[in-house]
Amino acid sequence: MARILVVDDSASMRQMVSFTLKGDGHDVVEAGDGVEALACAKADSFNAVITDVNMPNMDGITLTKELRGLPNYRFIPILTLTTEASTEKKMAGKAAGATGWLVKPFNPDQLLATVKKVLG
Amino acid sequence: MSQFHEAFFEESFEGLEIMESELLDLDIGEGDVEIINTIFRAAHSIKGGAGTFGFMNVSEFTHVMETLLDEMRDGSRDVTQFAVDSLLQSVDVLRTMLEAARDKADVDEEMVASRYAVLEGILKGEEAGAAAAPVATAATPEIEASAPASAGGASGWVIDFAPHPDLLMAGNDPVRMFRALSELGELSVDVDLEKLQPLTELTPEDLYLAWTITLTGDAAQADIQEVFEWVEDECDLTITPLSGEQPVSEPVVSVPVVEPAPAPAPAAPAPKAAPAKAAKPKAKKPAEAASIRVGIDKVDEIINLVGELVITQSMLDQAGEDLESLAESSPSQEGEAGKANAEILLRLSKGLAQLERNTRELQEGVMRIRMLPISFVFSRMPRLVHDLSSKLSKQIELVVSGEETELDKTVMENIGDPMVHLVRNALDHGIETPDIRAAAGKPETGTLNLNAFHQGGNIVIEIKDDGAGINKEKVLAKAVEKGVVAPDDVLTDDEINNLIFAPGFSTADVVSDVSGRGVGMDVVKTSITSLGGSVSVTSEEGKGSVFTIRLPLTLAILDGQLVTVGNESYVIPLITIIESLQVDRQNINQVAGKAEVYKLREHYIPIIRAREVFGLKDDKRDLHESLMVVVEVDGAPAGIVVDDLQGQQQVVIKSLETNYRKVETMSGATILGDGTVALIWDVNGMVNVHRKKLNRGAVKA
Repeated sequence: MARILVVDDSASMRQMVSFTLKGDGHDVVEAGDGVEALACAKADSFNAVITDVNMPNMDGITLTKELRGLPNYRFIPILTLTTEASTEKKMAGKAAGATGWLVKPFNPDQLLATVKKVLG
Repeated sequence: MSQFHEAFFEESFEGLEIMESELLDLDIGEGDVEIINTIFRAAHSIKGGAGTFGFMNVSEFTHVMETLLDEMRDGSRDVTQFAVDSLLQSVDVLRTMLEAARDKADVDEEMVASRYAVLEGILKGEEAGAAAAPVATAATPEIEASAPASAGGASGWVIDFAPHPDLLMAGNDPVRMFRALSELGELSVDVDLEKLQPLTELTPEDLYLAWTITLTGDAAQADIQEVFEWVEDECDLTITPLSGEQPVSEPVVSVPVVEPAPAPAPAAPAPKAAPAKAAKPKAKKPAEAASIRVGIDKVDEIINLVGELVITQSMLDQAGEDLESLAESSPSQEGEAGKANAEILLRLSKGLAQLERNTRELQEGVMRIRMLPISFVFSRMPRLVHDLSSKLSKQIELVVSGEETELDKTVMENIGDPMVHLVRNALDHGIETPDIRAAAGKPETGTLNLNAFHQGGNIVIEIKDDGAGINKEKVLAKAVEKGVVAPDDVLTDDEINNLIFAPGFSTADVVSDVSGRGVGMDVVKTSITSLGGSVSVTSEEGKGSVFTIRLPLTLAILDGQLVTVGNESYVIPLITIIESLQVDRQNINQVAGKAEVYKLREHYIPIIRAREVFGLKDDKRDLHESLMVVVEVDGAPAGIVVDDLQGQQQVVIKSLETNYRKVETMSGATILGDGTVALIWDVNGMVNVHRKKLNRGAVKA
């Protein structure tokens, strides 16, 4: 299964995502904001990144841009978690290089379906 | 999902605190984008979590707040006092809703609805601004809008999929899309190699291929579109029903959905330049990743066990000392045996010394687990000051320092209310209105300082205002009127000031809405005393007052004075003791044949014979040369006569109530180094029992 980096400043959200992914057999590393995530990404390697958009220190959009600048992360799936269903927010993620998005609130099944969509 | 609820509630309450404190920091008018952003983010997280964990009412309510904040953030709405106040009140409502959700209780729907209406009103109130703003909810055309084109009844679809060369860049992969499509029906894929470059000119990261996909089955067009959802603007896509007819020349989907070509520029308002604002240091809470949450009962269990360990250690220590003195006094054994014994004794005493050190460090370490920074209490104050100053039409600046000072969680939980009372009092009675201040030549804005620091084994909290100070004449007159002091008593300034803590004392001529009704400073004093602490005030008329609270760092250990009464040892909490002295016959007086008093320098203090309080035989009529411990009870000194004074030591407090029952004269018990149990005095209780006996005439004078 895949090794996934989960980034969210909300511990409950992070736990939920992480718990769900682990239940599906994935290996999960959690980070609390973009800065932490970037450090994790550089020190480790992942098959996919799932990141919240609104976060302190470094938001998910900036994180995505930064990750796409790293050789190992140019092509891996990066999913953003947005609360807004608005096109604008999703497109901001896309413009930064995100593969796709998942709109909050979502349930574990939706999360797994989306992950499956990018990891096959 | 419910296993994440606790974490969700905890972070939501933290989020509310952040919102509250940042809202209080927010200036009216422009509003600092960074601050608004922080508030927005907190609201946003609550909303997202609430939606995910199924608290829809919370999610909906937060959404309106968030919309308002979003408009403030992008500058399409001014930061008005009304809006800020409304948001603050909404934070309260949200807190109530979250508490109700947590406790599975019902929430006051009416209150929520009315607050919701106010927020909606603000949003609608400025239609012009709101219309221009890209309100998130307004713009959701999306797939649903373009869906009607699909009949869905077709027996299949032809999908022309021509990705742009950079489609792979964002981590999307056509293979995965085909796999997803294959789940919708029978798939046949034709690849178009026309654009494929010769190997020498090929950029391996670009995509040169295009596909025509035939999907047979009764898949809905929306499902197909969903597969391509993320790449709509990175490909040319047409989806046409498979009907044997000519493909409809007009592409069904491509253009309408993605009309504003997503130029990277205008998208996220987040990093809107925050010029030079970085200078403002924000002491944010340390990342929670490095901490774990443990039930307080587990911690208390450990503290209790460590307490037992401390007692065992001091028993061993005493045994070691006894052994040593025995070895010294008895004639040493001859030869090898004696040498061996001496060597063993040395090892033992080394080991005991190490045990003592380790035990002490272990105890301190464990105690520290229960310690929390006082910022938990201080953080309530900005809101209080904000609300009260507008209510009282006063201008008050709150200055907080030492908020990282730590103290025991239980002490913290119990100090909040007394502190709120003192702060209210300072704002209500201390700091004057701007015009009075101006007339007195003071700056119109008053200052309230909250400060905390460690001193010895105590934490000291100061509440200092630069207001009018205590009117001593008024206080003294009131005290005489209430019979707290006699008219001819000679009192120092400090003594007069501290009269405000006397029971039933209240100087406010008019009972005000702010400082409460009838609840006086004596209640503050009582609650602080019951925590083993003390409170006092110094004040200078016209310049302000300083209330000083002194609290033990923990409730689990206590510095005590060991005394002997009868055959028993007792512990008197050191914090209650003013001094200890040897009674001089000349200073003893009988008052009206009833009670004994002692002339201590200029004052007469009641004499309390511990033996009589405990109902022990007391044949010592003449107290000359007896030992007396002067303690403070309700702000007044009293002398307790004991048989003997022993040393001072730190003792581990054991509850009498949980192990036996409440005893009026005792606040707890401890085990001493020799293994005996010593009761810890409650000096207030001692004095009460003494008074009762006196009134019944049980005490012979």
